[in-house]
Amino acid sequence: MPLSERNRPRAQVRERPGDRIFSGLSTGAGVLILVVLASVASFLLIEAWPAFMAPPEDIPGGEGLVVYIWPLLFGTLLSAVLALLVAAPLAVAIALFITHYAPRRTAQGLGYVIDLLAAVPSIIYGLWGIAVLAPATVSSTEWLSKYLGFIPLFAGPPSSTGRTMLLAIIVLAVMVLPIITAVVREAFLQTPRLHEEASLALGATRWEMVKMTVFPFGRSAIVGASMLGLGRALGETMAVAIVLSVSGGVTFNLISSGNPSTIAANIALDFPESSGLAVNALIASGLVLFAVTLVVNMIARAVINRRREFSGAN
Amino acid sequence: MAKRIEVSDLNIYYDKFLAVQGVSMTIEPRAVTALIGPSGCGKSTFLRSLNRMHELVPKARVEGKIAMDGQDLYGPNVDPVVVRRHIGMVFQRPNPFPTMSIYDNVAAGLRLNATRMKRAELDDLVERALRAANLWQEVSDRLNKPGSGLSGGQQQRLCIARAIAVQPDVLLMDEPCSALDPISTQKIEDLINELKTEYTIVIVTHNMQQAARVSDTTGFFNLKGVGEAGQLVELDETTKIFSTPTNQATEDYISGRFG
Amino acid sequence: MHTPIPSTSVDTELEVQLFGQPLTHGTLPRWAPFATLAAAIVVGIVLDDIGLAIGVAAVAAVAFYAATIYLWSRTVEGHRKAKDRVLTTVVTSAFLLALLPLVSMVITVVQNGIQRLDTEFLSFSMRSIVGEGGGAYHAILGTLIITGLAALISVPIGMLCAIYLVEYGGGKLAKAITFFVDVMTGIPSIVAGLFAYALFALLFGPGVRMGIMGAIALSVLMIPIVVRSTEEMLKLVPNELREAAYALAVPKWRMITKVVLPTALAGIATGVTLAIARIIGETAPLLITVGITTGVNMNPFDGRMSALPVFSYYEYIRTGIHTAASQDRAWTAALILIIIVMLLNLAARLISRLFAPKTRA
Repeated sequence: MPLSERNRPRAQVRERPGDRIFSGLSTGAGVLILVVLASVASFLLIEAWPAFMAPPEDIPGGEGLVVYIWPLLFGTLLSAVLALLVAAPLAVAIALFITHYAPRRTAQGLGYVIDLLAAVPSIIYGLWGIAVLAPATVSSTEWLSKYLGFIPLFAGPPSSTGRTMLLAIIVLAVMVLPIITAVVREAFLQTPRLHEEASLALGATRWEMVKMTVFPFGRSAIVGASMLGLGRALGETMAVAIVLSVSGGVTFNLISSGNPSTIAANIALDFPESSGLAVNALIASGLVLFAVTLVVNMIARAVINRRREFSGAN
Repeated sequence: MAKRIEVSDLNIYYDKFLAVQGVSMTIEPRAVTALIGPSGCGKSTFLRSLNRMHELVPKARVEGKIAMDGQDLYGPNVDPVVVRRHIGMVFQRPNPFPTMSIYDNVAAGLRLNATRMKRAELDDLVERALRAANLWQEVSDRLNKPGSGLSGGQQQRLCIARAIAVQPDVLLMDEPCSALDPISTQKIEDLINELKTEYTIVIVTHNMQQAARVSDTTGFFNLKGVGEAGQLVELDETTKIFSTPTNQATEDYISGRFG
Repeated sequence: MHTPIPSTSVDTELEVQLFGQPLTHGTLPRWAPFATLAAAIVVGIVLDDIGLAIGVAAVAAVAFYAATIYLWSRTVEGHRKAKDRVLTTVVTSAFLLALLPLVSMVITVVQNGIQRLDTEFLSFSMRSIVGEGGGAYHAILGTLIITGLAALISVPIGMLCAIYLVEYGGGKLAKAITFFVDVMTGIPSIVAGLFAYALFALLFGPGVRMGIMGAIALSVLMIPIVVRSTEEMLKLVPNELREAAYALAVPKWRMITKVVLPTALAGIATGVTLAIARIIGETAPLLITVGITTGVNMNPFDGRMSALPVFSYYEYIRTGIHTAASQDRAWTAALILIIIVMLLNLAARLISRLFAPKTRA
């Protein structure tokens, strides 16, 4: 029950003007949130509308809006999903290390350190990615294309600059790592001590204790946090804009120099120089991104908020 | 299966703080040993040192010796995980695993030790444990429902079933009835009486009547002084402790003059 | 009376496996993990030396460590302990792996940014600068103005919204707001920028650029963060305090402003500081709403402004004969940005530690 229901006096004789103004203000602020969210959608729609209506040849690329947006959407999904696949297991492991493996006294400090990763602005991830990480990945991508080239992801030819989709994925993974870790860590910390002790008293090793009590308890948080991380990776702009060498097109090849761009990075790169219908087309792509992240985030929140119900699994 | 535990000159430290000092006692098999004493006197700490659960607190350590049928529990190459496997524990508040069914709760300990087990064998062991915990009749029709749906008393018996499913040598109980109503308490006490034919049972309790009702031997713990270590003041047959204690502090405590 | 149920279907081999474990088993010596680690490092170095890519060599070294410790432990200690050890390895190395980028990032930014961190950089703009020299004075001012405006918009709205949720809400509206605040935290920053652009393009025509647009875009990102953190803090205020105030016949709004808010103030201030730290480094929304200029523009309602992250971006991608000089400026701007963010984070921790209400131990 919300606090307010417990607090509210049963019978209010008369509303004081101060009370009325204050409650009106705060309710208004609450409603404003909904209005803002609705207007984000509607203003984007209004500004994107000319692009929806325009003849295909007027859209950048000259083949219509769908052909314009699809490779971008593909790049967005590919980079975000793969980044999540890299980051989620790592984040769970890190959360586990902080909550159950590290010496208890240092645990809080280690949590701060990981939080710092989340505080670093994305422009800095971009600069670091292109200046440090890109050259460092070149030799590894060469190895990948030589020995694992039969896998379509590593078909190559490897980029000589390192500005590949793989690099974008790694940078994105590092960026979403602290976000997932923070949520999962909170959930793991709340594992009841009673249950942990119960499993240890049965003669469980630490890992078995984690499997028996911590994971089942944190399962929905892991799923929800991963979705949050996915949402963040989908919308990440500057880091991708800086590190990725773009040629357009749709390819699963992660290590070549020809990569699809992402919606967000494409907007950042093209918007400042665009005018006319090109702007509307960019806003239309932004609307698609908004819709995708909205769905992902709504699922994430629904999962996290869902009452942890019994799941017969062991 | 029940084994004898011999404790000699046991000191328990948390970092530099000496929590329990100089405990020597023998815990007899197939009997109930009750530990009583005022709050904070170290009886729970002592209990948890018997299955090395106190080690979960960083920097906790012991001096002295605890031996189970002559085997040192703190000896080199002794794995605390295995110690806990042989010395089961029931906690103050019922704590069935909330994400597991009743069946899975009882099977949890068994599944750790046997990697491949036939369903029928597991079914049999689970049923045995639930019967031994006097819970079978109440739950046999809903083994796949979550354990957290049971009443407090049933949950505690489920936890006992979970602990005895792995057939430990010793069963430690840390105030197992303190969160339960009188009727549930009664059932647990009856159960303790039945279980002692097979297990060595050590029970910490705040309730002196309970100690008098269920135990064969009673140990009285008390602080040496304010801010000092806890110690075992007196250990004797329960009837003797409660009728003619030799120590003045024991007499004061059980007659309700302090504590 | 209790009678043990006779075993029917459990065979003796299983009995032994289940119940007959000896207390002792072999234990790896204390130095075992360290020795294995040393061996793994040697393996990594050798692989790197024979020409294997550094990333591949590192992965191989970790795999070598895990496999060695598993097999060694399995033969001596048994499979459960071995698994436990491997998982300890995995979890610990995951943490160390996450530290690598952080450390590397800090070192890189400091190394590249330190040489231009001079008074000129802090006191000059880029007006009529072509090659070396110049600074980010205008961008620092711009960042402070835009972020300040964003905070000015977001903090009152966010706090009032949180007050509504905790003190007044309870119905469907509150539930919907809570949900959408959470959803709003996930709006990509570029979309917030597009929103501000779309809004102003409708009012002023396409191609518009203004400082206030950036502030509004940042507010869309900041409001939900403020709501969330304020809400958490208000929930921590013990109900007894509210009841005590009611018992003194204090009207509700006075109770909130005089009792609840002061109690939660430290926490709210911490949350606001962290929220500012989060948005002060945002680049993308400012890139498309505020643009970039070379000179100082103090008026957020009149034309383009500069902001530190956007400045850093443009200096980095600028090409030509003076690339080195502009790249230096980019790194120095990034360094200043990282210093600001870290200081804000530090300030937040200090606020929460120094002014924490006494009720929380």
